[in-house]
Amino acid sequence: MKAIGVEAVNVTKRFGAFTALDDVSLKVRPGTVHALLGENGAGKSTLVKCLLGYNLAEVGSFIVDGREAHITQPQDAGRLGIGMVYQHFTLVPSMTVAENLVMARPDVPRVINWSVERARLATFMAGMPFKIPLDVPVDSLAAGERQKAEILKQLYLERRLLVLDEPTSTLTPQESQEVLGLVRSLVQAGTITVIIITHKLKEVAAFADDVSVLRRGKMVGGGAVAALSATDLTTLMIGEKHAPAIIERLGAPGATPRLAVHNLATLGDHGRPGLNIDAIVVHPREIVGIAGVSGNGQTALLEVLGGQRFATSGTIAIADKPYHARRDEAFALKVRVLPEEPLRNGCVPSMSVEDNASLRRFDRNDDGSPRRWLDRKRMSARAKTMIAAYGIRTPSKDVPIAALSGGNVQRAILARELDGAVDVFIVANPCFGLDVKAVADIRARIVAARNGGAAVLLISEDLDEIRELSDRILVMRDGAIVFEAPAGADAQMIGSHMVGHG
Amino acid sequence: MSDSAALPSATTLADAPAPVFDRGYRYRHALESILVPALALVLAAAGFALFLICLGQSPLDFVDLVWRGAFGSAFSIQNTLLKASPLLLTALCVALPAQLGLVIIGGEGAVVLGGLAAAAIAPPLAGIPPLLLQVLMMIAGMSAGAVWIGFAGWLRAKRGINETISSLLLAYIAIALFNHIVEGPLRDPASLNKPSTADIGAGNMFGYLPGTDVHPGLIFGIIACIAFYILIFKTSFGFGCRVTGGSLRAAQLQGLPVTRLIIIACALGGACAGLAGMVEVAAVQGRANASLAAGYGYAGILIAFLARQNPLAIIPMAVVLGGLTASGGLIQRRMDLPDATVLVLQGMIFVAILASETFYGRFAWFQPRRAP
Repeated sequence: MKAIGVEAVNVTKRFGAFTALDDVSLKVRPGTVHALLGENGAGKSTLVKCLLGYNLAEVGSFIVDGREAHITQPQDAGRLGIGMVYQHFTLVPSMTVAENLVMARPDVPRVINWSVERARLATFMAGMPFKIPLDVPVDSLAAGERQKAEILKQLYLERRLLVLDEPTSTLTPQESQEVLGLVRSLVQAGTITVIIITHKLKEVAAFADDVSVLRRGKMVGGGAVAALSATDLTTLMIGEKHAPAIIERLGAPGATPRLAVHNLATLGDHGRPGLNIDAIVVHPREIVGIAGVSGNGQTALLEVLGGQRFATSGTIAIADKPYHARRDEAFALKVRVLPEEPLRNGCVPSMSVEDNASLRRFDRNDDGSPRRWLDRKRMSARAKTMIAAYGIRTPSKDVPIAALSGGNVQRAILARELDGAVDVFIVANPCFGLDVKAVADIRARIVAARNGGAAVLLISEDLDEIRELSDRILVMRDGAIVFEAPAGADAQMIGSHMVGHG
Repeated sequence: MSDSAALPSATTLADAPAPVFDRGYRYRHALESILVPALALVLAAAGFALFLICLGQSPLDFVDLVWRGAFGSAFSIQNTLLKASPLLLTALCVALPAQLGLVIIGGEGAVVLGGLAAAAIAPPLAGIPPLLLQVLMMIAGMSAGAVWIGFAGWLRAKRGINETISSLLLAYIAIALFNHIVEGPLRDPASLNKPSTADIGAGNMFGYLPGTDVHPGLIFGIIACIAFYILIFKTSFGFGCRVTGGSLRAAQLQGLPVTRLIIIACALGGACAGLAGMVEVAAVQGRANASLAAGYGYAGILIAFLARQNPLAIIPMAVVLGGLTASGGLIQRRMDLPDATVLVLQGMIFVAILASETFYGRFAWFQPRRAP
């Protein structure tokens, strides 16, 4: 098995009137890690989808291992030894690793002789630089292990060029280091070539040999990583000389608690432990960040606070008043929530931007009294105001909100939730999967809400985000708060508490 | 209040013009929801034409007969409207819960129980003014339907039981219950061949609309369709329902009383179907018997889907389906085809309409234009 190189020559891909890739050329040397950098919608995914045969480029060609390749379907790419590890896991959770590996083979026999397969797997594993337990169901593996199993599957399928799509987005810092280090060692051994799609500059600097930057479907630059600074890359990515600045946190937190959660417990899903939180207290003009590895109860906490899940015991109080996430309470106590994946959790995809902008207010008059008839004029005016004030890019206020890009959906929901006075603001993974500009925008809004006096609870799997924004950091593991750290605490230390080695 | 975060940007920028570059979307979207079902109807018609040709019949003759049987004369138009009137109400029994994302297909149960409740209270109350009796019968019929479908909603909201299955099974229970009562406790001894409840009395029946053979059930149906259109699209209650239907999680996050909305919408739909049963008793049969279970509840499902669950669109769709049913007899006589031929057409239309759901969003021209 030997690493192969790949070259894209003048690739153009259009979707209707939209040009996703405009005359893009790219050369990936065999035996290197090549980072593909760019904002959301820059065309990174489209480019690799063309390479993998999911999309067909209108113009241009790919040269694989020195020969022009005709890739019209995913099987073609597989035969050439090109494989992809997706951002979201693709292994069947209820099956074991061994079963997943064997089932993935293109030539899986009708009747599987497991003793033969096991012998083959054992030989294969002996040649691998890392080990994964083969006989446990995939859903009992930690995220980092799963990611390794995905890579293992590609190696088992004898892929010689791997595309990794945001491979670390669901991993802890430690796990990311481990997985990327592993990838790096495979590349150095000459086994594989890797194209890594990312927008984390740190990973590019630490693990990639070469980098190419895409912006709005065009190749805007690149070269050897060693020759480029982080500023150069940011400039290439967003087309501006400076990275957008974060708003500073101004003023000290208030003294009396605004949001107080005590002894909160829920039932767990699928045999996992539920929530078991002793106390979370957030003061006015304070951002409390909740750090933790994905799947340690953060979602359940947000769901309880947002009224999507019942707590079996415990109390939530806002400004000393009991809170059950009912509509009248949320209105009276000025509680707002920005959930993760807002298209799925926080808005009605099929309804218009205008309707979604009014979800908080449609049944209230301005004085707070109930309203029986919809006021279309006010809803329309409200939507226009929000679109202008938050720079939401939408064809018009009448299109379904699902037609907007991720960043613009996030802006729209943020606009709705921050409309008017806000006393408590609960946020989860607000910047997941967004481009640099949207991230800066949204973080600035969150800090502005805090500076304006809101108590902000920030639940995020992005430790950098937590450290950047929080006044205080809590670490969540197995549904409990296990550690508290002040602003600016060391990332490695927080990370060790996240995984439980503290 | 001093600690509340009032963001300045939202107000200072309020007068900035919103960038709009797709003003036509709203109209293209409306056109899409007309053209797609139209295409489905054409395909179903083509399939049915093929079916007729296989039987050695001319599709053109069929169209001609349907037209004459449904709309060809004053008599046939009235017949069509008569056939349409219970369908208006049973279609609402599907369309109202559908606003919350529920698929209720057990309207038939609410129809028979509504009719039974209305027929059951009439004889004991004989002697009170007919108008008062009719109002009481309406209340009884609507309540029975509301309780039945509301129960399916309650099972969904409180116990997480699939409302499609439960409402269908509840309809079977309702029909069995109906048969038990009509053939047992409430049976009129005089009804020999066809077990029925006691007659409500000719003087207590609905009359006809002036100058026609059409009973007031048509008016009830049309009023209900218009009223529920207004409820769903113009009020906060309806908006809350549509939010819940579009995304349950978003509705919960907004603190909407999801459980209550589900039960109310199901009960309102059930009340409509119950009213259909009451009208059938008070305007047509004069008593409750097996004729009540004539499939109005099931035909309502087809109409609601044809109308894309829009209460206003139910009116024309019910007339179309009513017309097809009304022409069934003529087709049977003239073309020597069984009555069920019309059911084959209905079935084809239903399948085509369901299949056409996948075409929404497939044609780029209807979609929102991207930002330049």
